[in-house]
Amino acid sequence: MGIVINGATIETDENGYLVNLEDWTEEIAGKLAEGEELDMSDEHWSLVKFLRDYYDEYQIAPAVKVLTKAIAAEKGIDKKEASEFLYGLFPKGPALQACKVAGLPKPTGCV
Amino acid sequence: MEENKGASSCSSHGCNHSNGGRGEKFLNPTPMLDELEKGPWPSFVSGFKNLAERTKKPMLRGVMDQLEYSYNTKMGYWKGGLVTVDGYGAGVITRYSMIKDKIPEAAEFHTMRIQPPPGLHYNTAMLREMCDIWEEYGSGMLTLHGQTGDIMLQGIDEANVQECFDKLNEKGWDLGGAGAGMRTAVSCAGPARCEQACYDNLELHLHALRHFVGQLHRPEWNYKIKFKFSACPNDCTNSIMRSDLAVIGTWKDAIQVEEAAVTEWIEEKGVDALVNQVINLCPTRAISLQDGGMKIDTRDCVRCMHCLNAMPKALSPGKERGVSLLMGGKNTLKVGVNMGSLIIPFMKMETEEDREKFMKLVEEIIDWWDDSGLDHERIGETIERVGLRQFLDGVGLDVDINQVSRPRDNPYFKAKY
Repeated sequence: MGIVINGATIETDENGYLVNLEDWTEEIAGKLAEGEELDMSDEHWSLVKFLRDYYDEYQIAPAVKVLTKAIAAEKGIDKKEASEFLYGLFPKGPALQACKVAGLPKPTGCV
Repeated sequence: MEENKGASSCSSHGCNHSNGGRGEKFLNPTPMLDELEKGPWPSFVSGFKNLAERTKKPMLRGVMDQLEYSYNTKMGYWKGGLVTVDGYGAGVITRYSMIKDKIPEAAEFHTMRIQPPPGLHYNTAMLREMCDIWEEYGSGMLTLHGQTGDIMLQGIDEANVQECFDKLNEKGWDLGGAGAGMRTAVSCAGPARCEQACYDNLELHLHALRHFVGQLHRPEWNYKIKFKFSACPNDCTNSIMRSDLAVIGTWKDAIQVEEAAVTEWIEEKGVDALVNQVINLCPTRAISLQDGGMKIDTRDCVRCMHCLNAMPKALSPGKERGVSLLMGGKNTLKVGVNMGSLIIPFMKMETEEDREKFMKLVEEIIDWWDDSGLDHERIGETIERVGLRQFLDGVGLDVDINQVSRPRDNPYFKAKY
C-alpha cells in the first residue's frame, strides 16, 4: 500500500501508517489526514507537532496520559476536559489517528 | 457429520441440520474440533456448528477452519490491532488473522465489549434486541459474560463496527472498557435478590459507571483499573482477587441473632450440627455453646460469613452497615497474583453524599496513581513499590491498625481468657 504525492509513492503499512518515518512532510500529513476524513485545524497541527517533537526526543509515542496532561497544562483545563478535547480533534483516538497523521509508528499493545 | 462424531452424545442437544447430503455441507471437515463434541458435556464446537449452519456466515466457517488448523499446528493465529468507534478509544478488541491468505474467511473476527447493567439484571426484550442487531452485523455469537464483566459480542468485521455500535447504542447499550483506563465494573446480585447485602452495591456501581464513563471509553492512565462491588463479605464477584478497587459490604456492630430461628434450626438439625458445622468452623472461635444455644463474641468476629451462610434465617449482618475498600487485587503479569489489602476499614454507604464522598476519594486515589505509577503498573504494584505509607500520605488517608497485611497473626497479641 502507499499514498501518492507529486507522482511519488510513499510506502505505508496495511493500516495506513508510514513505513519510513523520515518520509514525513506536512503535505503527506495532509494526505494522511484526508484518508482519516479529518479537517486539519491549527489545533490539529499543534498536536501533530507535539507528537513529532516528543518522538524525536524519546523515540516513542507519548502515552495518552502524557498527551492529556500536556493539553490540560497548556489550555488550563482539567484532564477530563483535555481528553474530550483530544477526542474531539481525533474521534478515533489519538493513538489511531493522531499518530498516523504525525507519521509515528503504529502504537502496539492491547488498546 | 454424524459419521465423524463417533459415539458422541451431542446429537441429542440440537445438531439438527436441515441440509442432507455431505456434498451440500456449509462447513468444511474439522476432525480435530469434532473430538471436542464427544463426552457428556456441552460443546462449544456443536454450538458453533449450529450457528454456522443456520446463519451461513462465511466468517464462522473461516474461524472454525482456522481453529482446526491451530489444533493441527499447535499455534494460535490471532493478532491485535486498533479498531474503535467515533469518540471512543476502547471497547473493541481486535482479532486479525495472521494466516488470512490461507483462510481468507477468518481475516477479521473482532470482539465488541458491551457493558451489562449492574447486577446483570436484564429484561428479555433488551436481550432480544441485542441478539437481532448482533446477528445482522456480526457473527451472532456472544458470551454472557466474559471475565471482564462485559457481554462479549464475538466476531465482526471492522467495516461493520461503527454501524453495529450505533444500532446498539440507539437501544441503550454502550461499549465496555479496555486498555489503560477504567474497566467495566462488576457487581453481585446485591440487595435486589440477596438477603446478606450490606449496602446497595447496584446503586454504587451505577454511580461509579456514570462518574467514570469518560475514562472508560478513553483510556489515559498507566494501566487498567477495575472496580468490583460485592454487597457482603461472601464476595460473590471475587473482588478481592480480581479487582484493584474491591468494594465489599460489611458491618460494624454485632451479628443480628433471631433467637426463635436459632432454636428452630437446632430443633431441626440438632446440637451436634450446631457444634460441628457452625461453632467448630468459626475461624476465630468467636462462637460458643451457651445453654444449648449459641453466643457470638462480636469482638472476635472477622465477618467471614460462615455462620450467616449456615444459618441464614437465624443470623443476619449487623445493623450498622457500610463498605470496606480493599485495593491491589490482580492476576498474574509482572509481579504475580495479589489479593487486595484493606485500605478503608469502614465507610457508610447509604446516602447520595456517602456515594459522592466515596467517588471523590477514588478520584484522589487514581490521581495519585496517575502521578506516581509507572507505565503498565497496576495500582497495587505502585503501592507495593513505594510503600503503603507513601500512598496513604499521598491521598491523605489515616494510618489504621486494620491495614496490617496479616491480621490476627501477631505473636504479641494477648487474648483475654
